Amino acid sequence: MDIKVHVRESEDDAYVVELGGEIDVYTSPKVKEAITELIDQGHYNLVINLEKVRYIDSTGLGVLIGGLKRVREHGGTVNLVCTNPQIKKIFDITGLVKIFGIFDDEAGAKKALA
Amino acid sequence: MNLPEPRSEHLGTVELRIPSKPEWVAVARLAVAAIANRLPFSVEEIEDLKLAIAEACTICIQQGGSGQSIDVICDVETTHVRVDVRDHRYRERAEGGAPRRPAVTAVEGEGLGIFLIQALTDELEYGVDPQLGTQLVMTKRVGA
Repeated sequence: MDIKVHVRESEDDAYVVELGGEIDVYTSPKVKEAITELIDQGHYNLVINLEKVRYIDSTGLGVLIGGLKRVREHGGTVNLVCTNPQIKKIFDITGLVKIFGIFDDEAGAKKALA
Repeated sequence: MNLPEPRSEHLGTVELRIPSKPEWVAVARLAVAAIANRLPFSVEEIEDLKLAIAEACTICIQQGGSGQSIDVICDVETTHVRVDVRDHRYRERAEGGAPRRPAVTAVEGEGLGIFLIQALTDELEYGVDPQLGTQLVMTKRVGA
């Protein structure tokens, strides 16, 4: 499975989900599992770092949207870190740039959670 | 003055059959990228095509369930590539002499995938029906 999921707690009470590889119909359930587990544990302010993601499709976008909807129900939010132009283009085309906070680095994404 | 359209020449047809399972979608994606590499597409255009093919295969799996197969047929021309993605139900109907394209064109709950394919390719025709089968035919032109 060409997906890497690493979850870590940051010093400012936010959780960072670091993803790497390809998020598609095969790998997105693993991403969903990690995000769902954090939300179930009561963590509603998340940074999802897509810097090492080479590819994302609509099922991957669906997982991110699902996570955002759930944290918003608890007053939280999801900020993304994304520098890959092809992936940024997908967020642009789908209009998701207006829904997610998208940042060039993790520090900016975490700062915006506060 | 209008310049004439560049003449297109058929370079070949490549047919790929993958199991209708999520783990095989990446194979279709990479195969189509390798085919598109034979034309002067930009890296960005090839990435667009890869995503469009993967979305089409994903729709076939989601609409038809796992366990059967998906055909990916690439007609390669000098100016464009036309990719026909169809599930096993379509093939069985075609072998039985049924009409070429499913009559119903709707994908319930899968709007994002269709939307992406439409945005990333130059032409899309599709038909999705639980009984008749799923078929998506897309064209990507070089430098469009």
